[in-house]
Order: sequence, then structure tokens, then C-alpha cells
Amino acid sequence: MEKTINFTLRVWRQKDAHSKGYFEDHQMEGISGDTSFLEMLDILNERLVKEHKEPIVFDHDCREGICGMCSLYVNGHPHGPEGGCTTCQLFMRKFEDGSTITVEPWRSAGFPVIKDLMVDRSAYDKIMQAGGYVSVNTGAAQDANAILIPKEVADEAMDAASCIGCGACVAACKNGSAMLFVAAKVSQLALLPQGKVEAARRAKAMVAKMEELGFGNCTNTGACAAECPKCVSLSNIARLNREFIKAKLAD
Amino acid sequence: MWLSSSTIGRKVVMSISGLFLILFLTFHVCMNIVALISAEGYNAVCGFLGANWYALVGTLVLAAGFFVHIIYAFWLTMQNRRARGSERYKVVDKPKSVEWASQNMLVLGIIVIGIACFHLYHFWYNMQLQEILGNETVNVAACAVGAGQSLANTSVHDGYAFIAATFSNPVVVVLYLVWFVALWFHLTHGFWSALHTLGWNNNIWFNRWKVIANVYATIVCLGFAVVAIAFYFKSL
Repeated sequence: MEKTINFTLRVWRQKDAHSKGYFEDHQMEGISGDTSFLEMLDILNERLVKEHKEPIVFDHDCREGICGMCSLYVNGHPHGPEGGCTTCQLFMRKFEDGSTITVEPWRSAGFPVIKDLMVDRSAYDKIMQAGGYVSVNTGAAQDANAILIPKEVADEAMDAASCIGCGACVAACKNGSAMLFVAAKVSQLALLPQGKVEAARRAKAMVAKMEELGFGNCTNTGACAAECPKCVSLSNIARLNREFIKAKLAD
Repeated sequence: MWLSSSTIGRKVVMSISGLFLILFLTFHVCMNIVALISAEGYNAVCGFLGANWYALVGTLVLAAGFFVHIIYAFWLTMQNRRARGSERYKVVDKPKSVEWASQNMLVLGIIVIGIACFHLYHFWYNMQLQEILGNETVNVAACAVGAGQSLANTSVHDGYAFIAATFSNPVVVVLYLVWFVALWFHLTHGFWSALHTLGWNNNIWFNRWKVIANVYATIVCLGFAVVAIAFYFKSL
């Protein structure tokens, strides 16, 4: 049997980066449990357009949990309280009938609000440009069994590479730190022979860029890993610290 | 200098100064346990740690460790608050795996250092400081937040007498127990976090360090608490 729910949607509205934001309440009725969170916002936006009101701005793209575009801080959690999924993979059946659902943008100095729920996450692109790559062409992907890497190491590199760069780690962190993101990007390369060569330079460049862009200092609370939609492990941060300290000691 | 100019460098300073203070706590709790076993033994330790040159150097190094740890704590917290941005979330729901202590290290640290000032007034002020000033004996008046009974002409090396007098005051015992609880929370996060920051961690050691941190913090804080409570009961 299909479940439909009624609820109050309390959503953050902000005209632009410099305006003061405020919460706006919308009554949502008869929303199917099989509606995704973003589809629910689509339904609301269609209604707002019909009423000649301004629709709510939010980021989205692939809607299958791999592009990292959707954001939204739902009921106190980045990507909602479900865990292990992105906002686009969050379904309305997970919410209580008659509840109030609060939707806020990522709030961090590194990710300024552009409008409503959309924030500027180009800081992550800048961090990647600072060193999140291998600077020589390593050719096309070979058969997995042709590269002599222990299975556990390959798995760990792959787990780090599952980071989609959505920014939930920064949104969850009380210090607005981007360490889990940078750690995942450094780890996915530092663990493999193609990326290991430049590991020291990469760690230094990316950490320096992260700091320059106004992200905070990591205090190992672990909120980032707990809220990460891809469950990227906190141990990556230890690896980043190790790579960075090693690089600095070698200098 | 990367230890002050880079985010990880500043955390390394926090880690190393923190681990140094943990080492000091380990020594301090061992010393306190001696007081339970033998008054002469404890006073021998107190004599060794008087105003000798090595004890003075040790005190200065220790004070420097505290100073660095505290200055960096405020500095990092200020930067982190700025990085969080000007708007705060309306709804906050802490994930279960996040330790309460890890999000309140500064507050816990302030409680620890605040009560440590009382502690210095109870002991250091009457012992090492008086010896530096050239006094061989001191008179301590009873006080609501200090000694439970007054001491007259007590040798500055008679640490045992100071312990007995201080912990005969129930207000002081309660204050110290609050102190040890705050310290326990501070250590449970601080210990493993320090090693994590130094890069000495992975998926296997993650839980091991957390267990070691909890066990260590419990042993140290229980050790301190037992001495305080035991001396209160001895005074009855």
C-alpha cells in the first residue's frame, strides 16, 4: 500500500549572497512516500510557479547519487537523517506524517550562499586544481589483475575515490574544515603507484589551498565521516596528516 | 614555520604538547598513589621536587607546555569559528558516533585549567614557591575553598600534611572530583585525537586507540579520585 504524508516544509530563503536570509513555511499535502526529496521540492516549485511566486533555488544534477551536486541540510543532517545516501536518494517515506522538515543550505565560510539553498562550492574545484591529479599521462586503465597492488590497498584507494565532492563533510563539521575531502583526494592517489610519486607535493599544495580558502582546522570530531553520503573513512585524515608531516619533515 | 602557518602544523603542536601533558599526568598520578602507601615515601618525592635546579627547569618546561597548549587552543578555536561562517544552523542533530567531548574540548580545557589554579594555590603556593622565596616553614589558615584545618609551622617539604589538610575539606573534595570528570572527558578525546593528528592511525588502530584512550583516562582519573576520597575519609 502506498504511503502518503502531510508535513510542514520549513525552508531557508535568501535573495542573494549579501541579503539576510529567513525561513519560510510551506504546507505539503498528499506527498507520496515514493517521492524523492528533490522531487518533493519540484512539486513545491511547480506550485509556487503557478501561484506566480519565486521558486526555491537548489542544486541538483544526476539524481542518482554520483554527481555530488545536491546538497541540503535536512533536519540537522547534511543529505538528511537517513545516512549513507545523498539528498536525491532520500525518500519521503522516511519522514513522519505531520512533522516539520527543516531545510537549510550548507553553512560555512568556505561555501557562501548564492541564493536560497544553493551555495558556491567552487572552493573544492580550486583545491583539486592545486594538486588533486597525476601530472603525467598514465595511459588507459589496465586490467585490474595486471597492476600488482595488494587487494586491501586497492580497496582502500577505491573507497577514498568514492568521494563525490558534495561538501557534506564541511557542512557537518563544527569547524568548517574540508579535511575529509582533501584526505580522500590525497589518499586515492597516494595509495597507488601512479600517484605515490607526487604524494608529498600534492599534500602540501592541497592543504595550503584549503587553508587559503578559509576552511577550518580539523579537531577529529568525526562528524564528517558520520555524515558522508559515501561513508568515506576518518582514517583517510590520518593518512593525509602522515603524508603532510612527512613532506614537511623532509623539507 | 609550518608549525604555526599550516593547519596541520598547528594541530601537530596541539598533539605534541597534549601528549607531553599526558606524560606529566601519568607521573603525577603515580606520585599521588605513593601518598596512600607511605607518608615518608611521598615526602621524599616532595623533597626531590623542591626548589632544586632540575625541579625548577622541569616546572618551567611544564609551564611552557601548558602555555603552548592553551594559546593554540584559543587560536585554533577562533579560526574554526570564523570558518564556520556567520549563520548558524537552526536544527542541529549530532550523529551518534561523534563524542560529546570532541565538540567541547575548549570548555573542558577551561574547566580543567580553572580548577588547576585552585590546585596550585593549595599546594604549589605553599611548597615550591615558598622554598623559592627562602621560607622553610609556612602557616596555612583554614579556608572555605582551601585547607579544612589550619597548619602552623609546617615544613614546605611536608606534602603529606598539605594533602591531609586540603582533602579534609569536603568542598575541596567535590571541586576536585568535578575536575577529574572534566579531565576524563578531555583525555578520552585528546589521547586518540593526538595520535590521529600525528598520522599514527588507520582503520584497525582507530578503535584500538579509542579503547586505549578510554582505559588510560579512566585509570588516571580514578587514581586521582581515590587519593582525594581516601584522604577525606582519613580525616573523619
